[in-house]
Amino acid sequence: MDDITLRGIGRSFALAGRRLVALEAIDLDVPAGGIVAIVGPSGSGKSTLLRLIAGLLPADSGTVEVGGRPVSGPDPRIGLVFQEPRLMPWRTALDNVCYPLELMGRPRSERETRARELMVLMGLDGFETALPAQLSGGMAQRVALARTLSLDPRVLLLDEPFGALDALTRDRLDVELLGLRERLDATIVVVTHSIPEAVFLADRVVVLSQRPGRIVADVRVDLARRRAWGAIDEAASSRAAHAVRAALESHVAGVPPVPPPPARVAGEAG
Amino acid sequence: MRDMLAVIGLGILLLLGWQVIVWVGDYPQFVLPGPLVVAGRWWRAIADGTLQPHVVTTLTEVLLGLIVGVTTGFVTGFLLARSAAAERLLSPYIVAAQATPILALAPLIALWFGSGILSKVLICALICYFPMAIATTVGLRSVDPGLMELGRSLRATRRQLITTIEVPAAAPQIMGGVKVAVTLATVGAIVAEWVGGDRGLGVLINLARGGLFDTPLLFATLLTIALLGVTLYLIVVLAERRLVGARA
Repeated sequence: MDDITLRGIGRSFALAGRRLVALEAIDLDVPAGGIVAIVGPSGSGKSTLLRLIAGLLPADSGTVEVGGRPVSGPDPRIGLVFQEPRLMPWRTALDNVCYPLELMGRPRSERETRARELMVLMGLDGFETALPAQLSGGMAQRVALARTLSLDPRVLLLDEPFGALDALTRDRLDVELLGLRERLDATIVVVTHSIPEAVFLADRVVVLSQRPGRIVADVRVDLARRRAWGAIDEAASSRAAHAVRAALESHVAGVPPVPPPPARVAGEAG
Repeated sequence: MRDMLAVIGLGILLLLGWQVIVWVGDYPQFVLPGPLVVAGRWWRAIADGTLQPHVVTTLTEVLLGLIVGVTTGFVTGFLLARSAAAERLLSPYIVAAQATPILALAPLIALWFGSGILSKVLICALICYFPMAIATTVGLRSVDPGLMELGRSLRATRRQLITTIEVPAAAPQIMGGVKVAVTLATVGAIVAEWVGGDRGLGVLINLARGGLFDTPLLFATLLTIALLGVTLYLIVVLAERRLVGARA
């Protein structure tokens, strides 16, 4: 069953008196429990698409459904993680994780119990009383993820969640995200700039074109669900990465030419 | 603690310098009394109960004026931050009101609202209003839009956005406005008492200078006003530490 269904989504913005079409005729289905990565050049409307699914922006045309019900505004079934942690600098890590439940008026004991569980899950135990300024970028993003998970969203939308982190931290968090997915059984859509990351995380990689953003490729990634960096099927991942890169190149001006497909080399080796 | 000692040390040094000037210059007491004379007069003014009623009156005016000025300034700042149209419409008038010297406005306010406490509170409030409105506007305008989007994505109500994001995020600037307001409020009260009043530290200054020709009392009153201002300021600083806390 599909968990997220987009039909004929279009969205434009007014900019300096002109109309910029950000997204055009987007159809997308994400099955329950699936991970779809969205890649595309800057300005292709990736983040806009995520905000449309999250109900933060209305679409000009088309429909967004989650679990068969239309999304008409910010929705408790949908959790959103931004590129920046967006923690409140005046709150401790624990109080930041508590925030969504606080907004819903849950009693203090309940939200603290839940927040402590999530902090343990995210490897943050011991940092409950730390202020955001005292946390590393990776730690801060874990707190942000724990905060999003506090509402038990069935759909998790991540907008370049680890894009601002160093490569090592980013790789580690990618692995943790996959582990988390297994435990939480959430449907995930992740926007990323990184083709390797998209391929590593996703069951499918959706490629958007330059503005107006349209889906120009939908690449299946034939990898086992359980993945770790250095222990994935190189051939399958290279094939997927190459397909994504080729789709990007054919629809985007100014992308450097694709090097000889590494997929073939890796494939022969395997 | 070290800071405290340094502050007290500097104070002692200034007092010594003051005493030395009096000794060397050998000024008559009604021109420049020395610190020992002033301290003695100060003590007598407290002991015979001269000072206290004036302190109570001025403190009441300052606190009421602060409450009115800080509240209206905050609300104005909030509206200005919310609406660019409101800012364009109102800010010329607000700036003009602030640019007009309070010394020139005070007699008018006394004329209209009488020589009772109301006119004093209004003058205090007026002088606190502008820094508070500006500080609030600046603070609210600088709230991270990312946090606001986060709040909206979590379905925070308008009220929750204000209480859980905007006001706490703007708290450092808002408290800065309160700090400026608290010192200006003391000035406002003294000016208001000069213009018309029968009690208060400003009245006592006039009495000491004019009728009584008691310069040591004038100095003792000035020191009382300074002490009042510093005490109120410190209370705001303590409140600020609690409200704003450590952030970065």
